[in-house]
Amino acid sequence: KAACPSQCDLFSSQNYPLYIRSVPTENELKFHYTVHTSLDVVDEKISAMGKALVDQRELYLGLLYPTEDYKVYGYVTNSKVKFVMVVDSSNTALRDNEIRSMFRKLHNSYTDIMCNPFYNPGDRIHSRAFDTMVNSMMMQVC
Amino acid sequence: ITEVCGAKRVGYFGPAQFYIALKLIAAAQSGFPVRIESIKNELPLPRFMALKNDTEVRYGTPAEFHGVKFQVPHATLEKNSYKRTDEGDKQEPKSPPMSPICSPPASPSTYQRIPLSYGYGKARSGLEQQHAAPYEVRHSTHQQDGPSSGNYGAKSALTCSTPNRSLSVEREQQDSSTQYSDDPWRITEEQRDYYINQFRSLQPDLSAFISGSVAKNFFTKSKLPIPELSHIWELSDVDCDGALTLPEFCAAFHLVVARKNGYQLPETLPETLLPEYLQAACLKPMRDCALFDSYSEPLPGSQQPRDLSRTEKSSAGEVPDNSALLQDGKKDDKQALKVSTTLKTVPKEFQHLTLKTAAQEPNALRARPRSRSYSSTSIEDAMKKGEEPPTPPPRPQKSHSRASSLDLNKIFQQNTQAMRSGWLPPPPPALPPRPSVSQTEQPSEVELHPQMNRPPSQAEENSSAKKEVVLAQPPSKPARRKLRTEAQGLETPELSPTINVTSSLTAVKPHLPVQKQSSKQKRAIQTAIRKNKEANAVLARLNSELQQQLKEVHKERIALETQLEQLRPVTVL
Repeated sequence: KAACPSQCDLFSSQNYPLYIRSVPTENELKFHYTVHTSLDVVDEKISAMGKALVDQRELYLGLLYPTEDYKVYGYVTNSKVKFVMVVDSSNTALRDNEIRSMFRKLHNSYTDIMCNPFYNPGDRIHSRAFDTMVNSMMMQVC
Repeated sequence: ITEVCGAKRVGYFGPAQFYIALKLIAAAQSGFPVRIESIKNELPLPRFMALKNDTEVRYGTPAEFHGVKFQVPHATLEKNSYKRTDEGDKQEPKSPPMSPICSPPASPSTYQRIPLSYGYGKARSGLEQQHAAPYEVRHSTHQQDGPSSGNYGAKSALTCSTPNRSLSVEREQQDSSTQYSDDPWRITEEQRDYYINQFRSLQPDLSAFISGSVAKNFFTKSKLPIPELSHIWELSDVDCDGALTLPEFCAAFHLVVARKNGYQLPETLPETLLPEYLQAACLKPMRDCALFDSYSEPLPGSQQPRDLSRTEKSSAGEVPDNSALLQDGKKDDKQALKVSTTLKTVPKEFQHLTLKTAAQEPNALRARPRSRSYSSTSIEDAMKKGEEPPTPPPRPQKSHSRASSLDLNKIFQQNTQAMRSGWLPPPPPALPPRPSVSQTEQPSEVELHPQMNRPPSQAEENSSAKKEVVLAQPPSKPARRKLRTEAQGLETPELSPTINVTSSLTAVKPHLPVQKQSSKQKRAIQTAIRKNKEANAVLARLNSELQQQLKEVHKERIALETQLEQLRPVTVL
């Protein structure tokens, strides 16, 4: 069984959200909250990383609250754009590879968006292609 | 026949049944017995006399296409439409008139049908029909038939693989059914030519890219809201490289035009706007360009002292002419009228815009205009045999590729020698100072002329070209440097023989020398041109990537600056 993210978020380098997409469930607000708090952890890890942020680094954040078990994964590009994914860990034996591949797909789609000259970095992302991709990713093995 | 093909059994004529039925009809008409095995024979297309419509059979256009040629009947009403494969390397599917039954615009549903038809197409023996002879192709020409059959032919020339071909067949059927001219996502001949001219105004090399920023400025002038433009870009930039090739540009432009006419933007790119689809279709206009070549500045090769801004002005000016011209040639179809009138309005809009662009672009420090000037200058330089590059061709700065610079050297040297034997082409009228073609013509003039000939608006480009030239000095290869010093040393009398040749050469308009060159030189020049274009494309791509990186870096910088400002008051206090 593959991981099915409950929420995918994209944050800019200034930590404001560029894109938020979640599988509709109750407690969406909780997800939002979690994601924002996880940003702090991400920042912490970035600064700890130091220089030479090459290629794709993946930050695995193991935020597990005792009450609700879900995992939050983070991923940062070299332009400091952060991807955060919330996955309900109850339904999976999470595979690191899958998470990585999902992040890679997100990253690729994000670069496609960047190629669009009408997109200003820092804008909310309204690209339909991106939406489609995220939806398909989130629905894939749910 | 109905029974044999299985329609009786299943109760309807599906594509498979229909194909078989048609094949059986052909068999019967050719005298073969009506049996399944007959369809394995090579058969001409069946003749359906009764259905011939009012309009003439169009044979003219196929001659223009290379590749697979199709004659597409635009049958809205006709039951049967047929295709001819001229280069019969593929099997020819019998396109069923799916049209009347299902008339949605070209859409994914057609794709599903394809495997079916293709499968049966395979089962049948190849219908290699080479030429029109044995049968008549029925067409009901749409009012736009002239250009549109051109379209179809070119479009079909596109598809290389049989599934794709079936697809185009299907699509064509679909489109012919849905009233060809009504399909808003199909680019008509006039539109395509217009788009191509617009492309040229932004980027004279039709096989190179328009960078994202240039395209953005251009499309922003259409006054569509940014999100829509963003979506249009997303649809049309299929390879997501931040730059538009000619077919991508045509698609984007077409979407803009459609949107301005009130059509909603589709979620996905319609088939007729796919780059592959347009690619071959765009090849046809390249040939048609011969038409326009006479009054539009066409390829950079023959560009020369015709300055780029003149190109733009003339191309912008021509567009209304072209569309008017083409309009006259066609019957009035409502859609065609509508489209072309909107085209006319859009061109007017873009007309002065392109003029403005012409003025603006030289001032903008963009690689695109620069590369445009370079591509033309370097090609001109290549054209001027043996001329010491007046502006040491941008080529070295762009690519620094040995191959190209060596080529140029070789060309120059060999040309210089070849031409040294006193070839005096007639001086071109456009270069008044030169025609005197005297031995003592100042080399500085030689150098300056190509630049002075361009209008002042190009001055910026030239100066930037010169700057680039200066920059290119160190990296240029020794041979090139030698040429350059030769160029600089042109003033010395000992090089005057060369000067004679070069001045006489420079005195010639490029298109004249073209005709007079030996084929060897032509070839050499063409390779140089090709290499140039490749280098151009590579650099353009590189440039767009770098620009994006620049964007991101800028953002970071701004963020840092704001942070700094936030911190500052604290410390001051």
